[in-house]
Amino acid sequence: MANMSTSYLGKPTSRVDGRAKVTGAAKYAAEHNVSGLAYGFVVTSAIAKGRILRIHTTDALSVPGMLDVFTHDHRPKLAASAEKYGDEVAPPGSPFRPLYDDRIRFSGQPVALVVAEELETARFAASLIRVDYEQQQHVTDFEAHHGRARVVSENGESQSHKRGNAAKAFSQAPVRIEVEYRIPVEHHNPMEMFGATAVWEDDDRITVYNKTQGPQNCRNYVANVFGMAQDAVRILSPYVGGGFGSGLRPQYELPLAVLAARALRRSVQVALTRQQMFTIGYRAANIQSLALAAERDGKLASFRHQWVGMTSQFENFQRNYVTWSSLLYKCDNVELVQKLVKLDQNTPCDMRAPGGAEGLFAIECATDELAYAAGLDPLTLRLSNYSDKDQIEDKPYSSKELRECYRQGAEKFGWSKRNPQPRSMKDGNELVGWGMATGIWEAMQMKASAKAVLTANGSVEISSATADIGPGTYTMMTQLAADMLGVPIEHVTAKLGDSALPDAPVEGGSFTTSSVGCAIQAACREVQKELLRLAQRIPRSPLAGAKLEDVTLAEDGIRHKSKNVEVSLADAMRAGNIDRIEKEASAEPNEKSKYSHYTHSAVFAEIKVDEQIGVVRVTRIVNAVAAGRILNPKLAASQILGAVVGGIGMALHEETLTDNRFGRFMTHNLADYHVPVNADVHAIDVIFVNEKDDEINPLGVKGVGEIGIVGTAAAIANAVYHATGKRVRDLPITIDKLLRP
Amino acid sequence: MMVTLHVNGVANKLTLAPWTTLLDTLRIHLGLTGTKKGCDHGQCGACTVLVDGRRINSCLTLAVMKDGAQITTIEGLAKDGALHPIQRAFIDHDAFQCGYCTPGQICSAVGLIAEGRAHTADEVRELMSGNICRCGAYPNILAAIEQVISQKSAAPPRDGGP
Ligand code: FES
Ligand code: FES
Repeated sequence: MANMSTSYLGKPTSRVDGRAKVTGAAKYAAEHNVSGLAYGFVVTSAIAKGRILRIHTTDALSVPGMLDVFTHDHRPKLAASAEKYGDEVAPPGSPFRPLYDDRIRFSGQPVALVVAEELETARFAASLIRVDYEQQQHVTDFEAHHGRARVVSENGESQSHKRGNAAKAFSQAPVRIEVEYRIPVEHHNPMEMFGATAVWEDDDRITVYNKTQGPQNCRNYVANVFGMAQDAVRILSPYVGGGFGSGLRPQYELPLAVLAARALRRSVQVALTRQQMFTIGYRAANIQSLALAAERDGKLASFRHQWVGMTSQFENFQRNYVTWSSLLYKCDNVELVQKLVKLDQNTPCDMRAPGGAEGLFAIECATDELAYAAGLDPLTLRLSNYSDKDQIEDKPYSSKELRECYRQGAEKFGWSKRNPQPRSMKDGNELVGWGMATGIWEAMQMKASAKAVLTANGSVEISSATADIGPGTYTMMTQLAADMLGVPIEHVTAKLGDSALPDAPVEGGSFTTSSVGCAIQAACREVQKELLRLAQRIPRSPLAGAKLEDVTLAEDGIRHKSKNVEVSLADAMRAGNIDRIEKEASAEPNEKSKYSHYTHSAVFAEIKVDEQIGVVRVTRIVNAVAAGRILNPKLAASQILGAVVGGIGMALHEETLTDNRFGRFMTHNLADYHVPVNADVHAIDVIFVNEKDDEINPLGVKGVGEIGIVGTAAAIANAVYHATGKRVRDLPITIDKLLRP
Repeated sequence: MMVTLHVNGVANKLTLAPWTTLLDTLRIHLGLTGTKKGCDHGQCGACTVLVDGRRINSCLTLAVMKDGAQITTIEGLAKDGALHPIQRAFIDHDAFQCGYCTPGQICSAVGLIAEGRAHTADEVRELMSGNICRCGAYPNILAAIEQVISQKSAAPPRDGGP
């Protein structure tokens, strides 16, 4: 039993929540039509900076069926101190307080919540609200103001890093490039809009169905903001229609729904519109300047990378954008800097592979440029600088099968047949481009707990307050519990998305399987121990003297591995006079590890472009991933596929434009904000390279949620260069940029 | 206004404000929340349902315009607990992740197959491009639909609705 059997693990297994999702039975946050439900519609600010002088609500309130309009000066009590509005993943600063006061900090900030008996009434009445503002001059133009950016070091995390003498080494090296890359603001746009159904119970308690990646994060937020006891708040999010990071922090529909429910003493549902989905967090626009130098043989001599990004006036959002090169490429002379400029915008937030997706785009395009400058194959250049050590932490890797990713990916793609000359490959009228890039993501683990219940008839319930925003957490939990407790997966029920369940972190960062998975393993082990203890209490027990590692659980009971004896579940439980075993356990990362933990990938992209029209099609992607042990190749492959599609969007489609006259995002619907559709996506091959890692965590897993997007945009951009001879250094690579001379 | 909507074979007499969309009617008035709202502007396809056998965006249609129509939603595709072949194929091919676009994708796929216009992978991709999947399950959605199309052409045509 110490060694897990592998009857379900590593096998392609269909989603256990599949039936609920294909029949429409799965209910999302704004789909709980509880009795007496009222509907709230949010009114957002039309200016980016200033004060609210007055909100005219008379017309709205006179609409039949209206209940109330809540504003900063007409609302129940909210916590005053900004720190009460913080959350598990809040960046340093002073979080936004919805409907708290008259100050406008960004365009699209909620200023009123209109509540009516019916949704249509609320929406119509919201259009009758007039707001008088005292407008102040806003600053939203990132391009114009990025020169004011400063290094921001809080909690010791500026991510800047220096070793050797990068400037000197640069000036002395024979091969040099200096380039600047740009990524625009991007919005997550999960298909489900943010929604909350606040179910009124009484003055002291509230239950909310909410779209979130972290039910407990939201529970703590509501308790803090409304001065309630933690256990008086329950957040339910059994189904979440995508997140991609946007649901890590509580969004404003949550406090607004709770506020209205408490004031009206009835249940209230608030759902954002697609337009309002552009008023929450986003991937920050950034400008990355890189100066790379190499010897003639391609060995890196100097690596300088500066990242300048945007944040709000009230929080400093930054992730690790620049240090990735020191994990991938050996170099003695390095200078890495991150800077932020504050704008009158909402705070950015994590979006799939935050930091990695942006940083690796620039790093991997610049590496391609360096390879061309040195006259070397881009893959050869990467291999000759391959680093077996994390040069930031000065630690070896617990595992790093990146070489194998390069090899298997290149082979599958046919990289050796590539003519390196730009514009050399054609298919009819179209130019063909082949490009590649490396991906890397930190393999993290957070403290988490889980509960396992085994009943005498062999059914299992496994639970943890995590979420399943699409990766297949329900299925992962089910597979693990079935495997450890020796029951068919049909006998396992997994529960998540409920703040009342055992503690779990937000679902994000690719750390759910490592964190919650290890907790499940620990809880199931406790059940195994208890079962063995009970089985040994049976008079003349056939398992007397057996140790945990001598036995295994099977559907019918607990069995000795080498002797042909067993005790049935029912008998063991009868011995303890119980009908179920219930155990909760937690798992946490090994903070003292001497190793660095990362997931890697090699991405190969083929694009085709008809130069006359400039439309780029990504015709083929091969993504070879080394992510430790893969518990479910079917669902893990979907994670990579989906993230590659996100990478295609990043490379070719996605961009939120700002109208700086009004200080607001003007791309705010799915017709203007382009995301890939089915016709944009062609062959995507996912390879999982064998990677054994016994050090990282007891399951040997690294997580696969982010890695698929990292490097994808760079591989596509490099392929576009190979096809056309044009380096487009500002994403997305749209037709106009390819047609410009 | 009074309207009668035949939804999944059941006649529903409803009194609705004339501006109520078919989508909100299904979700709020009939409690059929399987049909999703992803934009409310005809830009995402999450709200796709079948009206008299044709796939439409229910957010762009007022309920009163469909008085007397036969409407099939995701809740009406499985018969007596047996999944529709497209539903089965979506599970088998893992053609979804979060599941939010899925009812729209499935209704759209059923409509597409009934149209009989898609013969190649590129045609399926093109004709399914009104349904956004932000989770990016497109290659698996394509595989699921292709499988059902090929089963159909191999087998004698089934009777009955979608
Ligand atoms: S909700 Fe109807 S198309 Fe998006
Ligand atoms: S499955 Fe999530 S949007 Fe398609």
